[in-house]
Amino acid sequence: MFTKILIVNRGEIACRVIQSCRALGIKTVAIYSEADRDALHTSLADEAYDVGPPRVFESYLNVDKIFAVAKEANVDAIHPGYGFLSENADFVNRCLKENIVFIGPSPETMTIMGDKVSARKHMKAAGVPVMPGTDDPVASAEAAVSFAEEIGYPVMLKAAAGGGGIGMEKAADAEALEKAFHSNQRRATSYFGSGSLYLEKALEAPRHIEVQVIGDQIGNVIHLGERDCSIQRRHQKVIEEAPALGLSEDLLQRLRQAAIQAAESLNYENAGTLEFLVEDDAFYFLEMNTRLQVEHPVTEEVTGVDIVKEQIRVAAGKKLSVDQAQVKRHGHAIETRVYAEDPKTFFPSPGTIEVFHVPEGEQIRLDTGVRAGTEVTPHYDPLLAKVIVSGKDREDAVRNMQKTLNESEIQGLKTNLPFLREVLEHPDFVSSNVTINFVKDHF
Amino acid sequence: MAKIEVSMAGNLWKLLKQEGDEVQAGEEVAILESMKMEIPVEAESGGAIKAVLKAEGEFVDEGEALFELE
Repeated sequence: MFTKILIVNRGEIACRVIQSCRALGIKTVAIYSEADRDALHTSLADEAYDVGPPRVFESYLNVDKIFAVAKEANVDAIHPGYGFLSENADFVNRCLKENIVFIGPSPETMTIMGDKVSARKHMKAAGVPVMPGTDDPVASAEAAVSFAEEIGYPVMLKAAAGGGGIGMEKAADAEALEKAFHSNQRRATSYFGSGSLYLEKALEAPRHIEVQVIGDQIGNVIHLGERDCSIQRRHQKVIEEAPALGLSEDLLQRLRQAAIQAAESLNYENAGTLEFLVEDDAFYFLEMNTRLQVEHPVTEEVTGVDIVKEQIRVAAGKKLSVDQAQVKRHGHAIETRVYAEDPKTFFPSPGTIEVFHVPEGEQIRLDTGVRAGTEVTPHYDPLLAKVIVSGKDREDAVRNMQKTLNESEIQGLKTNLPFLREVLEHPDFVSSNVTINFVKDHF
Repeated sequence: MAKIEVSMAGNLWKLLKQEGDEVQAGEEVAILESMKMEIPVEAESGGAIKAVLKAEGEFVDEGEALFELE
């Protein structure tokens, strides 16, 4: 097992990884930018190193500086968290070269899944259903329009190298598609260094359902069940839950089987997530995230499996601590993401947290990257904390979450807490009648 | 002299106007990136742009001006 792990991330996920390292008796090393000198993750780690100015390219993505820290602190492994360097195959190759274990899948897997066009091709070949769409990037707006006429509107235009909803736009007709093509090509080039776009048929009102998988180096791959992440704003998840209700047993079996098939076709190692869109009784591959997900805690709460611990174990060459038959699920868990943003416009809202209170309780888990006094800067993602609440069933979990959010208080900056409370009271949410259009339709 | 200021701190991602351009009140003149989100900057009043005060890629603080108008 490792003796010291470097965590190349910040915020709640850096704190979360520190917690599992500690439980395994592994020392932790944090990195921080000048804007995060007093951040929670900086103070929780056993050691912390300044890696530069606030802007991510000069600090959290500054690979040379990060490897200098890895050497100085003498770590044997690196945990990337999510975002930042977590899906960067060049970074993983550099780890291999420097003889430091990267806690995640192989760079080859990452490269295939990192490009959405090659991911689609791979999944199609592995027998996983994909949405009707272009097998190769579309070269021009005209080509996009002519293809869209073949498969029928609405279509979804996506950046091949995209993620986080950036460079992604739904178009209902040729005029909208042409416009979207030009603006998203610019945006994708600027964000991802590649303006390559492809088209997929868009569903009217699907649910976002994903399956957590994890594999070890011995060749075992298991799934930890599914999550429903349909509550999204700006193509980003806000509320997630496990298990996903209202799906037929047959559909669930096919989803899980597809996830395992996909992971096995990649000889998948470490934790990953297969994302699908589900409509009626059909499902389609959306993308695979070759890393830990923000919403992993709901799966942990219903299965009792500590996914971060498993990630570390398998990266160290150990066998998964559970096999498929041992994975049992109990009760229901819901996660709400607390963002520093205006609850109506969802525009970000930096500031200093003056009051930060989330009630404690047996059914309540708080994964936070902030505390009272934390300065939330404009440099990073607006996610402050995740409130995860369990119950014996969904009804119970919803009730517990309503109570927890009503008793929570954050002051000093705008947060989406009022929005989360409203969602939790909404009749369609309460009755589990949601699709990815929920926020757009009701707020 | 009228200026176009930003109401939120962030990274100046795109300047949509240059010196000499005419802008209308309410028109989008730049895009900021803050907390991984694109925030459009709109002109509060119209006029011709006399000077561009910031460059793409620069970090701008709340209240800082991007453009000076005639």
